[in-house]
Amino acid sequence: MTIDNSMQISFELNGSMRRARVEPHERLIDLLRDVLGETGTKEGCGEGECGACTVLVEGRAVNSCLFPAPEVEGLRVVTIEGLCGEGLQLSPVQAAFLEGGATQCGFCTPGMVVSTVALLGENPAPSASDIRNALTGNLCRCTGYVQIVEAIQSAAAKLSAGGEA
Amino acid sequence: MSELRHVGQAAPRPEGADKLAGRTRYIHDIKRPGMLYGKIKYAEHAHARILNVDTSKAERLPGVKAVLTAYDTPELRIGFLRDNFALKRDKVRQFRDEVAAVAAIDPDIARQAVELIEVEYEPLPGVFSVEEALADGAPLVHETDARGRPLTTNRLALEFSHDSGDVDAACSAAAHVVEREYTVPRVQQSCMGTAGCIAEFDGRGNLEMLVKTQIPFLAQRDYARALAALGLADKSVRVIVPALGGGFGTGLDTHVYEYIAILLAWRAGKPVKILFERDEEFAFLSPRQSAVTRIRQGCDAEGKLLFRHLEVSQDNGAYTSWGATFPSVMLMPATSLYRVPNVRFESRIVYTNNTYCQAMRGYGNPEVTLPIESSLDELAEAAGIDPLDMRRINTNRPGDVTPMGLKIGTCGLEECLDKTAGRIDWRAKHGRQRALKRGVGMASLIHVGGGGKIYRSDGSGIILKLDDYGTVNVNYGGVEMGQGLHAALTAMVAEALGVLPARVVINQTDTATCPWDVGTHASRGAFMAGNAAILASDKLRVQIFEWAERIYPVEVAKAIARAGAEGKAADVPTGFDFESVGRERFDLKDGWLFVRDAPDHPVFRISLGKLLRAAHFPPEGDPSTVFAAEAFYEPPTQLPDWKKGVGNMSANYTFGTQGVEVEVDVETGDVKILALAFALDVGRVLNPQTLAGQVYGGIAQGVGYALYEEVKTDRGRILNPNFTDYKIPSAADIDFPIELDFIETDDPSGPFGAKGVGEPGLVPTAPAIANAIYDAVGVRITDLPITPEKVLAALIEKQRPACPGAPTPQPLMRP
Ligand code: FES
Ligand code: FES
Repeated sequence: MTIDNSMQISFELNGSMRRARVEPHERLIDLLRDVLGETGTKEGCGEGECGACTVLVEGRAVNSCLFPAPEVEGLRVVTIEGLCGEGLQLSPVQAAFLEGGATQCGFCTPGMVVSTVALLGENPAPSASDIRNALTGNLCRCTGYVQIVEAIQSAAAKLSAGGEA
Repeated sequence: MSELRHVGQAAPRPEGADKLAGRTRYIHDIKRPGMLYGKIKYAEHAHARILNVDTSKAERLPGVKAVLTAYDTPELRIGFLRDNFALKRDKVRQFRDEVAAVAAIDPDIARQAVELIEVEYEPLPGVFSVEEALADGAPLVHETDARGRPLTTNRLALEFSHDSGDVDAACSAAAHVVEREYTVPRVQQSCMGTAGCIAEFDGRGNLEMLVKTQIPFLAQRDYARALAALGLADKSVRVIVPALGGGFGTGLDTHVYEYIAILLAWRAGKPVKILFERDEEFAFLSPRQSAVTRIRQGCDAEGKLLFRHLEVSQDNGAYTSWGATFPSVMLMPATSLYRVPNVRFESRIVYTNNTYCQAMRGYGNPEVTLPIESSLDELAEAAGIDPLDMRRINTNRPGDVTPMGLKIGTCGLEECLDKTAGRIDWRAKHGRQRALKRGVGMASLIHVGGGGKIYRSDGSGIILKLDDYGTVNVNYGGVEMGQGLHAALTAMVAEALGVLPARVVINQTDTATCPWDVGTHASRGAFMAGNAAILASDKLRVQIFEWAERIYPVEVAKAIARAGAEGKAADVPTGFDFESVGRERFDLKDGWLFVRDAPDHPVFRISLGKLLRAAHFPPEGDPSTVFAAEAFYEPPTQLPDWKKGVGNMSANYTFGTQGVEVEVDVETGDVKILALAFALDVGRVLNPQTLAGQVYGGIAQGVGYALYEEVKTDRGRILNPNFTDYKIPSAADIDFPIELDFIETDDPSGPFGAKGVGEPGLVPTAPAIANAIYDAVGVRITDLPITPEKVLAALIEKQRPACPGAPTPQPLMRP
């Protein structure tokens, strides 16, 4: 006989209240992707090693492949989908990545962008080495990171001139 | 060439905004109604006879919809030599052999079901290296070949060799000769998006495969063969390629899991998805081939290369993929990197009970560029010549025909050498920074830049179809996997046809809508697509201008009448006879049709969309027209004779030189890269932003290959199937300045002069680093990766005083 340990949670996802029934050990990434259909967040390893699954929980970057879904109860979660503005508008960080050639296959990109938003929240004017160190948890196999670092610096410059990440 | 409007612009990639917004759909993101999830039961031995497979418990698990073994499915033979099977019947030959498979309503149930499958084995002795595999009395990995003929050796019947000039005589005549053995490991391509597919049959029994592949059309043929084995020879196969989370060579073969998905989907009558998790990708997807290369090179007293001799041994693993043909590409640098008149190349490819290997970026080239370029530094030292001068003395030049028969058209190698030397301050630094434990090193590369003919056809088709609004729909069978194909193709179509890049839409790669293409490999994507696009654009312009000849007078007359109605008749220039403009006088630019010698006024221009819409309602008696063109481009190349190792396999060749400066910590053996420069002859820059991105990424992979990447195994078992134990470069590792110089040699074979450049980034990185380490601390590391342990051991070895009785180090041999 199986015992139903699932629980009802509600949380804010990209600005809207969402309710879901989750298992105690369910991963946040599965709740987002499989249950709620927000597939922008990617799973590159499922082990906390690659950062492709990075989302913001209360503004903090977490690996959603390790984060227990029940723990977002009552909290504010932002994923790559939630960074976009009205309609098709890209946020300044997304736009800087696009214009700077900082995406290639794009699989690491959502996690990379979300980590960048968290970084710029803490350090609005990071040096290149601050950026590299902050992104060690976000692996990218395509870009060699050069244009990513440049894009983040250009986003930081634009944001410090006014605007929100 | 007339002025380029779009080619050469640093435009953001067209698919980029979706990637940034998280809207791009990878195989991971796709679900089909009623879809089941497949999981595979893999072998528990590297080599063993299968005695019994018991699936009864798995079958009883609720939610399981299909369970398969070799005993209840038709035999599907697959692979380059058809030596592999979808499901294994008699024995397993590697740890990742597929013994059974399950489809269930969710991945967890499928996983549990696989665990319930019980297999009894009789373990067999295995072979895990080339030496073991070729030893007398070694157990055979395969007892028979694909046709059932008995085999007596583990050596594959694949021959790639070359012998030109007189290597032995040149060796005797040489003033200096060096010889050494180099080893490169298996490495994992490590696409961030893992492999996966969804197999689905429709009610007519036709198969649709959504699959992560770089070869949709060869895959279609492979799957069709599988259907024939299922008794479905009259059914059709459609292959659709979703967005790829990287490729790097992993998609150059069809994989066993894909066939298993097909079998499961057929059995269950539902779509079946198989998606690799990261540990599965590491353990069950083929890595890059390893190789051991013995090289001997010699030069005359002035440093002119006289001969080169390479012997390559490749551990193929248990089955054969296209990756086994790496020596086909090794022949190119072996015979043609620098001028060398006498060349011998020998290769052997050997079955073992290790994981079987496949292609990765560079395809054999980095494996032998390490020996060639390391050995060249040794030879320079033996001859007392500066390594830069050594390379300049022997540089390839335009018009050369190499021993392999490669026709070198444009060649920027000498310029690359000089640029790179300047960037890393070679003359001031080489040999002068030992006290600081710093050194500089360089290495060059040659690669195919105009396709690489290793298959009967190296062609690509394209269809351009205009819609009523002047949008060009591009159907091209090549695959965008992050390399920037769509960015380059967008610019080239816009340029060649005369529309704005914003009006170019590249459709999903789909065998149902795209014409045939051999696959996206060998740095050929943009080169092939561009050439095909130019051919098709020329045809489409003919259609447009023929129609314009008929409709232009009508539309201009209307525009003039409108101007009159608006009271602007006076502005319209007179004296231009728009009534009888011959088709040859029309031109199309940025979506506007105009007559080249017409006065510059809006009434004499027609937007492409307007022109096209008018075609539905032609003047009385005039037939209506559709605007679409297809073209197939086959480069002017030869399929080499592999036993002779001769044939001009590419329409052009890409050259480049990388230089690095390193600092070695002699306490820890750590190698720190201080700076890297790369000059690359790209023919023509199609998009500087995506080009630089692709090259930076290649360099990072080259750094990983040089310094830390290795798939570690123990008697066939993979020991490091995760990113903690298998380290790829992180942002913190690429912390040195990289300077890129793109040399534009404007190759006549290339679209707008461009050469293919997808792979070169990683080719010369490892030897450049190895040479720099030697310059810094005087030790030569000959097996990758160059770990701190190896550097430290070499430093200790170097300092050990030669004691009597100890074996004296082998002098560099002469035969
Ligand atoms: S998927 Fe979460 S860190 Fe890789
Ligand atoms: S863009 Fe492909 S992994 Fe980063």
